[in-house]
Amino acid sequence: MKRLVILGAGTGGTIMANLLHRRLARSEWAITIIDRDNEHYYQPGFLFIPFGFYKRADIVKPRSKFLPRRVEFIVSEVDRIDPAANEVVFKDGSRIAYDYLIVATGAEIVPAETPGMLDGWRDTIFDFYTPDGAEALTEKLKALPGGRIVIHVNETPIKCPVAPLEFAFFCDWCLRRHHRRDKIDLIYVTPLPGAFTKPVASKALGMLLDEKRVEMVTDFNAERIDAAARKIIGYDGREIPYDLLVTVPTNMGSEMIERSGLGNEFRFLPTDPHTLRSKKHANIFGIGDATDVQTSKAGSVAHFQAEILAGNVVRAIEGKPLEPAFDGHSNCFVEAGKGKAVLIDFNYDVEPLPGRFPFPVVGPMPLLKPSRINHWGKLAFRWIYWHVLLPGRPIPFVPARMRMAGKKRPTDAASASK
Amino acid sequence: MAQKQYETAVVEVDAEGFMTDFSQWTRDVAVAIAKEEGIAELTAVHWKVIDYIHKDFKENGQVPSIRKLNKSGVISTKELYDLFPGGPAKKAAKISGMKKPEGCV
Repeated sequence: MKRLVILGAGTGGTIMANLLHRRLARSEWAITIIDRDNEHYYQPGFLFIPFGFYKRADIVKPRSKFLPRRVEFIVSEVDRIDPAANEVVFKDGSRIAYDYLIVATGAEIVPAETPGMLDGWRDTIFDFYTPDGAEALTEKLKALPGGRIVIHVNETPIKCPVAPLEFAFFCDWCLRRHHRRDKIDLIYVTPLPGAFTKPVASKALGMLLDEKRVEMVTDFNAERIDAAARKIIGYDGREIPYDLLVTVPTNMGSEMIERSGLGNEFRFLPTDPHTLRSKKHANIFGIGDATDVQTSKAGSVAHFQAEILAGNVVRAIEGKPLEPAFDGHSNCFVEAGKGKAVLIDFNYDVEPLPGRFPFPVVGPMPLLKPSRINHWGKLAFRWIYWHVLLPGRPIPFVPARMRMAGKKRPTDAASASK
Repeated sequence: MAQKQYETAVVEVDAEGFMTDFSQWTRDVAVAIAKEEGIAELTAVHWKVIDYIHKDFKENGQVPSIRKLNKSGVISTKELYDLFPGGPAKKAAKISGMKKPEGCV
């Protein structure tokens, strides 16, 4: 009996378990998936908690509920991967051997990477990338009398690169509804030269920030935070004062990857961007946020990768050459406030463009433009996530590889990059 | 595709002035780009950074991040900001003749 081991039962790992159990013969293959706990969070839901749209109980379910019965689920802390022995080593020293390994251990926030950030942690400095952080922020936002809310991205890459923008849009909307907007200034601080990495979307999203009177500070790299004086200090000497700092700290891969000696400087697994195989080990593959591939760290990406990765794992097992099929496809709804959302769809080579999705002309969803149907799409996505995405079913009309149909490149795209 | 003249050399550049053909890069071109970016002189430490960027690009096919430069012991992030004021990742890449860093998505 051979064994395939999946590390991490989040979005990518769970989809892989569901896809591969259908493709690997029961008589020949055992499939084991390992995670440190049995709580699967719908991570896009974290954003909604501070504004009272969701509660924690609305976005968490047992991981075991989404795994096929045939797949063995082990809840235990992994110490490291021993690639020379083809074994996973648990914290208690016990080992499990694998023939093939899929790394799906995700990314996490590491506030300790910025000197001073932990000094004000959950006092005047908050995150919304963890359930605890999002819950703590709910209370803080309610009680804030006035002043400066600084929404801060510390370092790229981060999970869901549009989430801090959505946070700014939601903040503006909620403060307006509660007639508190005039007492509070919103400031968006980013290490990027604009609201987003790619020019056309950066322009569209930057205009939305402007429309909502969110001040933008760009090219800002935080050297440290002076929590006592409540200010962020940049490497270039700029200082940004805040009353409430909502930060997205540096995102890194699992410490386990580093202990295994398999990570890059962010503890992400160096992975072939098209086949999704580890650049170092022929029987190790990566999926989702855990890899270093240059596309968004987002659930939609893990979903698009999964179909291609499942094919490549089977090909590797059969001794066939891998298919370099992954194109970096990413697709996200960006909440814009006021019951509207913006949809973006892009890949390694094509930046987010305006147009219609998934069909040209008829859409029904407009790209790169706020609309109500996109907002309903985002809300419906929570149901789709549990019932379509995790079981590894295809989403109707949305294939793994990006399609150009319906997208239009603005003629002033070049000038937008200035 | 635009072209740009540095002293006697003509190089291909993109809309933002990043070189698109590394084979055209020379140390003289680097000095000229640096001047244009407001760096009057490339010191030995500048060259250490540039050489590391080239070496790392050869090995990994990517322009190294600021974090990697820091972690590899080449240079601290603070020093890097002093050497390439205003945006070290972009400026160092430009002077090294690399494409604009992805900055990731």
